[in-house]
Amino acid sequence: MRHVTKKPIKQERWQTKISGGNFVDKLYAYRNLHAHALFSSLGRLVASRFSSAMTIVVLAIAISLASGFYILVANLQQLAGNLEASNQISLFIKDEISEVRANKFADSIRKNPDIQAVKLITKEQALAEFQLYSGFGDAVKALEKNPLPVVIQVLPKNSLENEQALAVLLDDFERAAEVDFAQMDMQWVKRVQSIMEVARRGVILLSLLLGTGVLFITANTIRLELYKRRDEVVIAKLVGATNGFIHRPFLYSGFWIGFFSGVTAWFIVTTIMLILKRPVETLSRLYDDGFHIVFLGFTETLALLLISSVLGVVGSWIVLHFQLRQLKPE
Amino acid sequence: MQMLLSMHCLLKTKKSMLQFDNVSMRYPGAGDVLRNVSFHLERGEMAFLTGHSGAGKSTLLKLIALIERSSRGQVLLDDQNLNQAKDRHIPFIRRKVGLIFQDYKLLQDRTVFDNVALPLIIAGYGHHEVSRRVRAALDKVGLLGKEKKYPAVLSGGEQQRVGIARAVVNKPPMILADEPTGNLDPELSAEIMHLFEQFQQVGSTVLIASHDVLLIAQMNYRVLKLDHGQLVES
Repeated sequence: MRHVTKKPIKQERWQTKISGGNFVDKLYAYRNLHAHALFSSLGRLVASRFSSAMTIVVLAIAISLASGFYILVANLQQLAGNLEASNQISLFIKDEISEVRANKFADSIRKNPDIQAVKLITKEQALAEFQLYSGFGDAVKALEKNPLPVVIQVLPKNSLENEQALAVLLDDFERAAEVDFAQMDMQWVKRVQSIMEVARRGVILLSLLLGTGVLFITANTIRLELYKRRDEVVIAKLVGATNGFIHRPFLYSGFWIGFFSGVTAWFIVTTIMLILKRPVETLSRLYDDGFHIVFLGFTETLALLLISSVLGVVGSWIVLHFQLRQLKPE
Repeated sequence: MQMLLSMHCLLKTKKSMLQFDNVSMRYPGAGDVLRNVSFHLERGEMAFLTGHSGAGKSTLLKLIALIERSSRGQVLLDDQNLNQAKDRHIPFIRRKVGLIFQDYKLLQDRTVFDNVALPLIIAGYGHHEVSRRVRAALDKVGLLGKEKKYPAVLSGGEQQRVGIARAVVNKPPMILADEPTGNLDPELSAEIMHLFEQFQQVGSTVLIASHDVLLIAQMNYRVLKLDHGQLVES
């Protein structure tokens, strides 16, 4: 007589055997398991300090490269942020044209219905301004003759937003007999702004690349750790360890590696900034003192630590997910 | 008649700790390792599993610990059908089975205490409870006082006793031993077997795979004999 039982196995039935059955006991068990994973992972890190330190330094360098670039762009942003994009056009008047004639020319421009404002800057005004803002005041004083041209600043009406219309206007000015050359101020602002955009994207791409690197370095470190401890994993499985129990210490290891790498990276970046602070501020004072070096702020530091910790955990999770299945008692 | 039969089955199941129903195990390329094996062990029973090398002793034990799954037939442990156990149930089923190996399978970089404590830590016991139970288990196998030693400095017999302490520390209802005395001399082997008798006396079901015919003959217990994957004596 063949005996057939189709009684389903309920998980609860097995689990009640863990440690008592009530909720508080389970909570205590959960706490004990996590405490065990936390301390054993820290213990492993300390036990293999040399290799842990090497991994952490490599990761920290990668993380500090990304965050260093980020803070560099944030500092440059400060400079570019003061620039307002406007459609202002500067007309540089030929040297042989007298100021009287230049004034007449300016008046003729004012009559153009497309123009909102016109301002003439004489050679003397230009020199004074240059001496004030350029930082080369003394060098200019050494010159025998004022090398600066008369400039007429022309602000077209806002209705003339169209790039092509502006280009036509610029072309007209260029062809005027009085004008040496015409330049749209906006063009270089736009250039700076697009350079900043490129830099911002560059930081994002670089961070993604380095972040992926961090992920895989952590993964490989954890893989080696797993390989080193495969006997332990197999034995633990044989005496009833759940996957969670096996995973936990490795996930905590990933967390610690990521976290300590983040802390080290923060120190690297901050040290570099402190070294650069003095010369940058000296440089800034030589100009108009409007620039102050920006450090990693509280939120940024928090983000740095969070991202590096998460990368560590995710890196080890990847390895556990794909490698641990192969480690079975059979 | 039908009812009587099913009642009979029910009674049989209730008393069984372990039941094999027409179990076959086939490894790809190796043919049938077990063929239509049927037997049952009652709660608190002790039995030997014997047979020549390659007769399927280890495979049979592996089916109970869910290290392998049978190709055909059913294995019931503590009234639960192991064929239906999902992967996530396996750890909890293994906690019901204390496993003892020929090569002890101890962690060489952990102390005796830590080795024995492993099943308790896995089950989430607190520090004091772990400590108390580990000492009790070590006391039972006569190794109290050697908690802080590492397995490498212990003799073979002592290492196997650490393995046994680890297997029983969680008080599992079923104890499985695969050639537990394979690496030990006859005198130590007898001591180890005596330990198993003690566990059986306090209610554990014990199944010992061994090809040590002399030793088995000295002890008066049920013998399950496998020959080329078939149960020839029960």
